Amino acid sequence: MTVAAQEQGSSGFSLGRVSPQLVSWLVFGVFAIACILLREEMKWLVTYPKEWFLKLPIGGEWVLLEKALEGLMDWITLTFKPVFRFISMVLTYPMRWLEGLLHWLPWPATFALVTILAYRAKDLRLALFCLAGLSYMLIVGYWDESMSTLALVGMSVPLSLTIGLVMGLLAFQYRWARRIVEPTLDVMQTVPTFAYLVPILILFGVGPVVGMVASAIYASPPMVRNVMLGLRRVSDDVIESGEMSGCNRFQLLFQVRIPAATPTIMVGVNQTIMAALSMVIIAAIIGGFADIGWEVLSTMRKAQTGQSLLAGIVIVVMAMMMDRISRGFTERTGDIPLRTGGNFLQRHPLLWAAVAATGIGIVLSHLVPFFKDYPDALVFYPAEPLNDAVSWFTREFFFATDAVKTWTLYYFMLPMKAGLENIARPQSWGFSMTQTTAAIYWAVVLGLGAGLVRLFGWRAGVVVGLLGVLYFFGSTGTPWPAFVAAVTLIAYQVGGWRTALFAFLGMAFMLSTGAWPRAMLSFYLTATSVLFCFAIGGALGIWAAQSDRASAVLRPINDTMQTMPLFVFLIPVIMVFLVGDFSALLAIMMYAIVPAIRYTEYGLRNVDPVAVEAARMMGCTERQVLWRVKLPLAIPEIMLGLNQVIMFALAMLVIAALVGTKGLGQWVYDSLTNARFGQGFIAGGSMALMAMIADRIIQAWAAQKKRDLGVD
Amino acid sequence: MAQTQERETKLTCRNVWKVYGSDAGSFFPGGNGAVDDPDALVERIRESGNIGAACDVSFDVHEGEIFIIMGLSGSGKSTIVRCLSRLVEPTAGEVILDGENLLKVSKEKLIDIRRHKMGMVFQNFGLLPHLSVLENVAFPLQVQGIDRAARVKRAMEMIDLVGLSGRETSYPRQLSGGQQQRVGIARSLAVEPELWFLDEPFSALDPLIRRQMQDEFLRLQKMLHKTIVFITHDFLEALRLADRIAIMKDGRVVQIGTPAEVVMKPANAYVEEFTQDVPRVKVITARDIMSQAGKPLEGAQTVAPGTTLEQLMPRFGEGLDAVAVADESGTVVGHVTPQAVLTALATAHEEGSTL
Ligand SMILES: Nc1ncnc2c1ncn2[C@@H]1O[C@H](COP(=O)(O)OP(=O)(O)OP(=O)(O)O)[C@@H](O)[C@H]1O
Ligand SMILES: [Mg+2]
Repeated sequence: MTVAAQEQGSSGFSLGRVSPQLVSWLVFGVFAIACILLREEMKWLVTYPKEWFLKLPIGGEWVLLEKALEGLMDWITLTFKPVFRFISMVLTYPMRWLEGLLHWLPWPATFALVTILAYRAKDLRLALFCLAGLSYMLIVGYWDESMSTLALVGMSVPLSLTIGLVMGLLAFQYRWARRIVEPTLDVMQTVPTFAYLVPILILFGVGPVVGMVASAIYASPPMVRNVMLGLRRVSDDVIESGEMSGCNRFQLLFQVRIPAATPTIMVGVNQTIMAALSMVIIAAIIGGFADIGWEVLSTMRKAQTGQSLLAGIVIVVMAMMMDRISRGFTERTGDIPLRTGGNFLQRHPLLWAAVAATGIGIVLSHLVPFFKDYPDALVFYPAEPLNDAVSWFTREFFFATDAVKTWTLYYFMLPMKAGLENIARPQSWGFSMTQTTAAIYWAVVLGLGAGLVRLFGWRAGVVVGLLGVLYFFGSTGTPWPAFVAAVTLIAYQVGGWRTALFAFLGMAFMLSTGAWPRAMLSFYLTATSVLFCFAIGGALGIWAAQSDRASAVLRPINDTMQTMPLFVFLIPVIMVFLVGDFSALLAIMMYAIVPAIRYTEYGLRNVDPVAVEAARMMGCTERQVLWRVKLPLAIPEIMLGLNQVIMFALAMLVIAALVGTKGLGQWVYDSLTNARFGQGFIAGGSMALMAMIADRIIQAWAAQKKRDLGVD
Repeated sequence: MAQTQERETKLTCRNVWKVYGSDAGSFFPGGNGAVDDPDALVERIRESGNIGAACDVSFDVHEGEIFIIMGLSGSGKSTIVRCLSRLVEPTAGEVILDGENLLKVSKEKLIDIRRHKMGMVFQNFGLLPHLSVLENVAFPLQVQGIDRAARVKRAMEMIDLVGLSGRETSYPRQLSGGQQQRVGIARSLAVEPELWFLDEPFSALDPLIRRQMQDEFLRLQKMLHKTIVFITHDFLEALRLADRIAIMKDGRVVQIGTPAEVVMKPANAYVEEFTQDVPRVKVITARDIMSQAGKPLEGAQTVAPGTTLEQLMPRFGEGLDAVAVADESGTVVGHVTPQAVLTALATAHEEGSTL
């Protein structure tokens, strides 16, 4: 904005120096207005006609892409069915065994093992926390479900880690592998979680193996990335010292490079564990396995809020335990005294404690039934009181919650979705859409635009114009040629012709496969959530940057939110707001707001202190320092945060389909329940494309900003 | 600092080039570094956009001497020492160790040579962060497959040698910079190398510790008599430690000589600039200014050839008109007069003032 302002300030409106960018936007404006005026006569401007869908010539016939993909999948399934069934069997066996083991192990033994592990990872506090968490699972009566989930995670994590380590090593060692792995990781990051499940479900058939394979694949990218990063980061001195010690290639890799990269690799392990848990929970949607994710899902579907809350807490607790234990191992520093003397037992007292505790636990369970199976009579399952409390809350605060919901829906969400022209009613807006009111609306938009042009330059005017159109016609009512042209133009001006071409082709894919109307629904929900996240998250981020206390409060909350499996966010919102777009919005925001807060705080706190001091010396007030110096300098960082917010929002969008939103997310979900690969591919692919287009535009924009500011 | 001329050559670096860039090899058909006109080639390499990190470097390192390579940052010191150990593959030239061209040996042979003949100390220590002090020092022995008891014993000796006893179980991150470099030194000595490379070993340390480590280094060398190639960008450090110094600039060696030679007869203005602030009385020795001719001395005092002018001058203050210089066996090899001392200092002063 500052750049635009300067440009405008210096050049004024002298026609001789109008920038070509502005000219292109003026041309676009004419085009967009033409589209809008003609849309009644030419229906195809709003609804992309079916006749123009992409068809492939297969077997002498023209087939829709969706059908072609379906055919391909059928063929693969048919041809390789025995292979996949075999893999499935091979994987089921150890998985059932692990599940059996965890169920058989008496709970006191599990308690002891986990607690000792936590103590070894970090400290007594974490051990006590884990003890409390496990007690919760036991007392509420979700022990068996929790152990089933643990078994799934316990199987998929080693798989992920192995895949990740091998891929990371290959990509590090060989250029050809890197050429394959890096773009694959980028795509995998943007494909929505459910979309992973579709082909796996079709290939492997219903069962816990699907969840296991899906999470093994889904959770390996962080490992791959961190392995590559860690290996690359090992300093030359260390490598050379290894070479001079006379290491051969093998020794150099396994005795020098990998161990030296361990801290970074451990970060990958932590992220992989969390991703695996998240996916295992999500995979519950396929059903067929009595784990805790299934418990949450089925109770949520039956609108048993109390039950789903109790089960949801198990997930939260489990996620926190896994995160802290694995992070404990990562962050452990060397000040643990090294014991060289003594025998094996003396050197590893905790190991022996664990073995002893397990033994005692098993023996006890045979002597005292209480230790074998926690008695049902002692289960404390306060679902009913919780339900009552929730209904009381919703009843008592209905006026408030309803007001927030209605207000947001009517003034933001519905216009963005269906367009002000379609939803303005006397009851909600106080007027209906007539020629006069429309004229007033456009007059206001024009006035606002003109004002902002004076203040911030023509780019602000373009933004106001685009938003004005979007608000009036809604994302579903805006003619697609105008939408495509606008995005392509932005992509071109920010990132050059490559970015523009990518954006254009991506949108062409959505149009020609029939995904466009749903993509627009997803766009509306994502855009609204991103705007809200950004407004609220940005404010929180500024607050956290200005006040250490705020930062100290927000940081652990953010950390925890970030590690939660996505499902969890649905529970509180549907309890209060029931299903619908507004609940989806809230759920998305709860998850996606975190990067907005983080990056804003990080960006502001890392502004060059010299610039801040200089500003203070010039007599700026704190407020001026913030608005005139820190924020403008932090913009590149904040934009990367925006990028993350969009990625997170899209990831959550699929989950939000469970609370009844329409759009690509729902389409993916639908393809999963009906095992339709073609539809899943198109819907998942469209979401990935949306994410990638946004990503490229924003990255290019941030890079440009960085160059302008001379940072980096 | 003993006589070096009569020692055997241990390591020879002959017309070694290291060029970074896509078409580096094209400058040396057949990998031959002995070109007719190196200056023209250096120019050509630069103009083609390649980087000549080491250009036409030649020198001999004698058995048991401390050979120091000195130069400003980016002058190619690290590159050349890495060519000597083949951590970096030279673009052209020969590196001859004990009569064998190191650049021609197989990978396996090279690993073997590194395991038994070479040790190296790194500027940023290069310790393995996941290993304790003991394990770090024992690491070169471990990769050779030496059994645990033997390597622990040897590593303990080395740790003791560098004065780190008691810290065996610490991890590198728990040690100070000076202590970490002691570990680096112990590790590089663990295999009893004949050739010892040190790439700016003390540069990352603060001045006091650096001084202390230099003394330590001299003490070790007195015991061990290794053949040493030592890199530094600190001229005073070079003077303090060197038997001979090679001075590098922009990848090329501009002068090789003993500290006194470099100080008294700098090859060009670049070298001269280094010598400006050097206290000559501490660098120039009796050997550098003695004359063999002249009257035989009767009953004159004798001094060792390595006596510095600083130590020599008080003797003349007692009114002597000459002292004899005698080597270890007591044979008189020359004599020094007060005039010779004054001449050496005067030239130095004159040069200093003209700059
Ligand atoms: N891998 C490489 N690729 C390209 N150029 C390199 C590479 N390694 C070194 N150089 C260049 O070679 C030149 C000599 O580098 P070198 O590291 O040998 O200098 P140095 O004398 O050791 O400096 P310092 O005192 O800073 O360690 C420098 O200009 C450097 O930029
Ligand atoms: Mg160097």
